Amino acid sequence: MGVTTPAAHSSAAAQAPGAAFIFKKALISALVALVLFSLMIGVRTEAGSDGQLTYWTRFGDLAAMVATVFGGSIVVELLRQWWGPVGTVRIVPPSVQSGLALARRGIAPVLLTLTFLVPVIFYNERYILDLGILVLTYVMLGWGLNVVVGLAGLLDLGYVAFYAVGAYSYALLATNFGLSFWICLPLAGILAAFCGVLLGFPVLRLRGDYLAIVTLAFGEIIRLVIINWQSLTGGPNGVTGIPRPTLFGIPLTPADDGLAALLGIEFSPTHRIVFLFYLILALALLTNWVTIRLRRLPIGRAWEALREDEVACRALGINTTTTKLTAFATGAMFGGLAGAFFATRQGFISPESFTFHESALVLAIVVLGGMGSQLGVALAALVMIGGFELFRGLEQFRMLVFGLAMVLLMIWRPRGLIGHRAPTVFLHHNQAISSDLVKEGHG
Amino acid sequence: MSADCILNVDHLTMRFGGIVAVNDLSFGAERNKITALIGPNGAGKTTVFNCITGFYKPSGGSLKLTHDDGRKIQLERLNDFRISKQAKVARTFQNIRLFPGMTALENLMVAQHNALMLASGLTFLGLIGAPSWRTAEKRAIDLSKLWLERIGLLERADDAAGNLPYGDQRRLEIARAMCTEPALLCLDEPAAGLNARESAALSELLLSIRAEHGASILLIEHDMSVVMEISDHVVVMDYGVKISEGTPQQIRDDPKVIAAYLGADEEEAIAVMESGT
Repeated sequence: MGVTTPAAHSSAAAQAPGAAFIFKKALISALVALVLFSLMIGVRTEAGSDGQLTYWTRFGDLAAMVATVFGGSIVVELLRQWWGPVGTVRIVPPSVQSGLALARRGIAPVLLTLTFLVPVIFYNERYILDLGILVLTYVMLGWGLNVVVGLAGLLDLGYVAFYAVGAYSYALLATNFGLSFWICLPLAGILAAFCGVLLGFPVLRLRGDYLAIVTLAFGEIIRLVIINWQSLTGGPNGVTGIPRPTLFGIPLTPADDGLAALLGIEFSPTHRIVFLFYLILALALLTNWVTIRLRRLPIGRAWEALREDEVACRALGINTTTTKLTAFATGAMFGGLAGAFFATRQGFISPESFTFHESALVLAIVVLGGMGSQLGVALAALVMIGGFELFRGLEQFRMLVFGLAMVLLMIWRPRGLIGHRAPTVFLHHNQAISSDLVKEGHG
Repeated sequence: MSADCILNVDHLTMRFGGIVAVNDLSFGAERNKITALIGPNGAGKTTVFNCITGFYKPSGGSLKLTHDDGRKIQLERLNDFRISKQAKVARTFQNIRLFPGMTALENLMVAQHNALMLASGLTFLGLIGAPSWRTAEKRAIDLSKLWLERIGLLERADDAAGNLPYGDQRRLEIARAMCTEPALLCLDEPAAGLNARESAALSELLLSIRAEHGASILLIEHDMSVVMEISDHVVVMDYGVKISEGTPQQIRDDPKVIAAYLGADEEEAIAVMESGT
């Protein structure tokens, strides 16, 4: 409890409300609880054997409930008193604080190293490897959407459309023309980027809710086109037999020309999983690298300026049309690349994989992570996807727990896990910009 | 009007439905001079600015910009960002429009977008870190540093623009406009909300911009001390029409202007002025 000064103590004591205040607050909470629960818990009704209404009272339960609220309210209030001064008085010693700051700076390299080691540590645990691939896919999608939502401030609710375009591009090109994964990958990215521009044109003039609605519709249109264009996409049956990726032409199969045979080691299906893991890791890191580079280039700064103030951008001679379109195209391209990876991993794709739920999940990752923050998005993807798996044992309560966790997180950190913004260029010292100043964009 | 004008406003009219905000306004802004546009609130000054800088399309009339090399541009035919990019007209806003979440330095870097975009090979050269891009970026940072130094914000270059004091934000917005290397700088009430000392510093800055950068300045201003001190030419508007123009001294003595400002008819206004002096 090192560095509290007497002055700080007295000011904290002055701010602390008295026992009467706490008691009054608890009483009000208990009263509200009594009114609410008297019908919900106090009276139980049920249909009797002849269909008549039977009811009985449960005043004991009701009293217990109200007492819990009363006690809980006092506890919360006391906790708040204890919490309140912590932020201002700083009972944490400076040495620990600087250590925390160091830890914050070191978290990205540590996470990256750990990610690289996952296939080594968990080589025999197929479940963990699959989960890792899934998390990394969402990290990549989150980073891709971050360009559009986090940097350019354009709310895109139909991001799954580009994921779908990428997946179907690879699936159809590979099954119909026998093109390899490494040729299809850039093609999928280009096609998705093209779709991004296509979406961009009609929404250029739209802002806020209207932009969100149109992007949402775009996501649905792509899905419906895939379902109904049976001759090309196979409709609801999807595309089967999508070729697996090869290590630059060397297949990962037990065949004589497979990688295992060439290296003279025993074949194991895990080889392919590990390969897929490193493949998506490489793709995600590419996304990250490109985004970080773009932020420091004029186009990236223009995106952020667009988020801050579009009118000022125009007054400075920035072509807002092309700036928005490039943001859509760049985000869409990464979505397309992730889609191509998804197709080759699954071996089978159908429109069911590309519902609005996916868009919402990716957007939640971006918002939760802190819009514009690369590390935040990665952490949020880990928490969202990993956490979702963690709560699998809770079955139908999984969503409830998850929703509660998200609400709490948003109360605790309204601008996401990492809310501050790092400047793209600096003269003297690189200091983060508080989230209070950074705009969220008009989309 | 026969003088060498960078901007000629001819019979400019702007209607919003039935309301005529600017009616048949003509004036010229001379090259390398400071022209002030004054008038009571609601006179249509900002509307004129919005027409010049492409935020509004005029209902009638023409806006001719003549560059130093004789190149002529009809501003009413260009739209929004092209006014700044091609015609080299920069502006500031009545209510400051900086990028609050970006640092002072970043604000000035964004202003050099078009030059940097070319230098970065439309992003591709920049992405691979080509040497030509690196030197261009260094030059852009140097230019930003120069401007930060001139407005006295070099020490606060890495602070978020939204965190700067009001007066600094005003100056930063002017520096940002100057980073687009404009031929004509349009300032919408640059001295609004500044104290006397800050206004004096602003006057000095504007005079030095005119002297050292060859930029012509057109400004809207309510602070008469600034207008009278630095303007070479003053245009007075009221109810969308020009009621007077001339040197600051001429304007000061014009009974029509006095009437417009005091809202009295001319004889009364003159009587008021005389009794005041």
